[in-house]
Amino acid sequence: MMSYKTLVGLEIHVELMTERKMFCNCKNEFGAMPNTNVCPVCLGLPGALPVMDKEAVEYAIMAGLAFNCEIEKTIIMDRKSYFYPDLTKGYQISQSDFPLCKGGFLEIDLDEGPKKIRLERIHIEEDTGKQIHTENGTTLLDFNRSGVPLIEIVTKPDINSSEEARLFLEKLKNTIKYLGVSDVKMEEGSLRCDVNINVIDEERNIRTNISEIKNLNSFKSVVKAIEYEQKRHIEALENGSNTDKETRRFNELTGETILMRKKFQASDYRYQFEADLTPIEIKEEWINEIRTAMPELPDQKKRRFMKDYKLNEYDASILTQSKELSFFYEELTDLVNDAKLAANWVMTDVLRRLKEEDKELSQLNLTPKALAELLDYVKSGKVNNNTAKKVLREMLETGESAKNIIDKQGLIQINDEEELSRVIDEVIKDNQQSVEDFKNGKDRALGYLMGQIMKKTKGKANPNTANKMLIDKINKN
Amino acid sequence: MDITNLKAWEIREKILNKEISSYEVTEQFLEKIDEVEDEINAFITIDADRALDEAKKVDEKIAQGIEIGILAGLPVAVKDNIMTKNLRTTCASKMLEKYIPPYNATVVEKIKKEDGIIIGKTNMDEFAMGGSTETSYFGITRNPRNKSIVPGGSSGGSAAAIAANEAALSLGTDTGGSIRQPASYCGVVGIKPTYGLVSRFGVVPMSNSLDQVGVFGKDVKDAYLALKSIAGFDPHDATSSKRAKLEELNFDEVSLKGLKIALPKEYDELRVKGDEKIRVVFENSIRVFERNGAKIEYVSLPYLKYALETYYLISTAEVSTNLSRFDGIRYGHRAFEYKTLDELYINSRTEGFGEETKRRIMMGTYALSQGYKDEHYKKALKIRTLIKNDYDRIFKDYDVILSITSPILPFPFDSVINSPVDMYKADTYTVPVNLAGLCAISVPMGEVDSLPVGLQITANRFNEKTLFTAAYGYERSANDEL
Repeated sequence: MMSYKTLVGLEIHVELMTERKMFCNCKNEFGAMPNTNVCPVCLGLPGALPVMDKEAVEYAIMAGLAFNCEIEKTIIMDRKSYFYPDLTKGYQISQSDFPLCKGGFLEIDLDEGPKKIRLERIHIEEDTGKQIHTENGTTLLDFNRSGVPLIEIVTKPDINSSEEARLFLEKLKNTIKYLGVSDVKMEEGSLRCDVNINVIDEERNIRTNISEIKNLNSFKSVVKAIEYEQKRHIEALENGSNTDKETRRFNELTGETILMRKKFQASDYRYQFEADLTPIEIKEEWINEIRTAMPELPDQKKRRFMKDYKLNEYDASILTQSKELSFFYEELTDLVNDAKLAANWVMTDVLRRLKEEDKELSQLNLTPKALAELLDYVKSGKVNNNTAKKVLREMLETGESAKNIIDKQGLIQINDEEELSRVIDEVIKDNQQSVEDFKNGKDRALGYLMGQIMKKTKGKANPNTANKMLIDKINKN
Repeated sequence: MDITNLKAWEIREKILNKEISSYEVTEQFLEKIDEVEDEINAFITIDADRALDEAKKVDEKIAQGIEIGILAGLPVAVKDNIMTKNLRTTCASKMLEKYIPPYNATVVEKIKKEDGIIIGKTNMDEFAMGGSTETSYFGITRNPRNKSIVPGGSSGGSAAAIAANEAALSLGTDTGGSIRQPASYCGVVGIKPTYGLVSRFGVVPMSNSLDQVGVFGKDVKDAYLALKSIAGFDPHDATSSKRAKLEELNFDEVSLKGLKIALPKEYDELRVKGDEKIRVVFENSIRVFERNGAKIEYVSLPYLKYALETYYLISTAEVSTNLSRFDGIRYGHRAFEYKTLDELYINSRTEGFGEETKRRIMMGTYALSQGYKDEHYKKALKIRTLIKNDYDRIFKDYDVILSITSPILPFPFDSVINSPVDMYKADTYTVPVNLAGLCAISVPMGEVDSLPVGLQITANRFNEKTLFTAAYGYERSANDEL
């Protein structure tokens, strides 16, 4: 058995959700009518000049700090030259020798423990326009996206499997969402990922040539592409051959990668200092200001949840896995003042519902306030757990409040012992056989009797009280 | 009375005193253009109707007693690489033969705000590359002082327009001497301000780290007036300086007494064959400074001798990317025939650009290419810093540096242009100023073989006041001595 090691490095482009574009005053928005958010600067008209948007730099620094990078002291931009119809100036304003953020890492949780994926760099650059190929063969150009600020995050080849890649991307996406600097939607292109992959035959110390995989539109595609490539590279090694250094395109329909172009030599982008943007000094105070204003990140939040809400690590991880969920949980806990109860309900009922319906939390018909109202009934013992679960289902379906549903259907739990006693007596009288069975040691008979009590009370009997009273009464018989 | 003979500041006074209307002034300049333009060809586009309309508006303002700007009613000619909204802007290239900009350059906005009248767009070397205005797609411009001689370049049209009384003031751009050299050749005053004093927004870049918009006038006061109107910080240009402001200068109080003048001795090593007669005139002008109380000393700027090579590496590298946007996709010339995207690019650019433009794009692309970048472009950037340091050291002790503007006399058409290297050498004295981002002015210092020659005065960054003091002091004294 040969031992192969897969090396994956990712290049991730993230569009920053700044108000304005990177070098002009045009609005940065997705989905506007083509060529409406444009001006001489982002259209690359003769004579137009770029001016750096401060917010874009701040967002990029925020990302750098979140990923533990070292922040460069001066922003130096470069021109990256190539010709393409969606590129308005014949060069893209990017960074070459001096990326804004250097080094850094992101930790992913594996079964065997946490693993650090190191970053090479994060640099800032402008996005290009978009080409739209029509059916009659013409190509249309939309420059609304031209000049939108991007960060390019480049990892070291520390990722060794498709699963690690997925975990890394999810963590990265979640962290960026927490920061609020991007909506990181792969389907809208605000998150784009290219994969660099090769395989080492550790025994023979041979490594395949790196393939670069493009056109990955979802995390699933990334996983499938890595798996496909891994196989292709290992097959090459087993055949005693090697892969070529090339760029490949992932085909979503077939799950395969197809050759785009061979890389005979590295492309020469003739990087040149962008003299239209004088170097901007990044003072320590500025970084500190940004750091202070930064929202809490998933790992920090997880630790705080464990400490403040006495949650175990697993629960805390689940509850911080998305920004929305963590905010939902915190708000709920504040309202019901019971961290454990809130955690149980969010982790079981709310998450189950999301999974069943394949929805995001924001698409669910539920606010923390509405759920808190229901949990108050549970906490005070006015409604029992099973009833509450039914109420929640109805709340989600109808959008009605817990109070309305409980009042309308009279679901307040029966705690009154006199009333319960009457019902239990009736049940004992009508089910002598079961009572005998229970006395003879058939525990299941008790469940049946409880079921009868619930049936008679339409599920409203306080289960604990009823259970205790039932056993007492049978024993006294 | 032919008003076009007068200095701009004299015309301005006449308009303010209501001796003549702005409309009449514009009309007279347009008549002058009609009269001489067939021969001179200083303009690519003349905007007569709009100019007259604008002039009328200025007259109305004056009549109503509304406060008017400092260029009130003065016809201004604008180099054709400066964007003028709804007025064709070609960069003297086939590439932009039909290009009508949707926006104004900041300097154009400023001229309009100061009630200047934009009278037309002037001829130039294509994309500002050249020193004779012979590389224009729109034909040559003749030197009003001698019609068989070039006006210099690249801002040849703007210099000729002043010399031929076709405009009261004009705008040019200067990347390595493109204002000062034509000013010298046409016998007018031309200033290249400090890098960052004037906005470059809306000015088609040749070499964006060296380009600066400047002005031409008949005399130093005219140049001051014109520069005053366009100087200032512009939030749309990241390279424009927050300190950009032209200080007030009381010309009546100007004196050369105590002015500390440096003469770089390296200029002796950089001499060009045949410059002897120009040197004589230069020596005479140094004496004018001396007689008026200036102190003159020889200094050394050891890195100056690498300036020309440094300039051509950096400028062509920048040219190569600055001209990349002219790809035939969104605007400008697009080839009629192409089969692939690459062919669209190649054919459009091959047809749209002239020979000198293509030569510089190729040189710049080479200087930036892998394997050559370190020993060319990057090394040039380092030497540029050393040249800057040289100047910084000199300006600690001296106010201005004197030199000749061009080491060669204005030359006949079709002569120097055939030898690109000789053409580049003509920039010896002017390019170091751009490399260091300094300000410099060319003022007429006399004639050689009946052709005008210019004196170049250089001052430190944002020290235009000293520059104008020296220039005006010289101009007045030289005139007095005549």
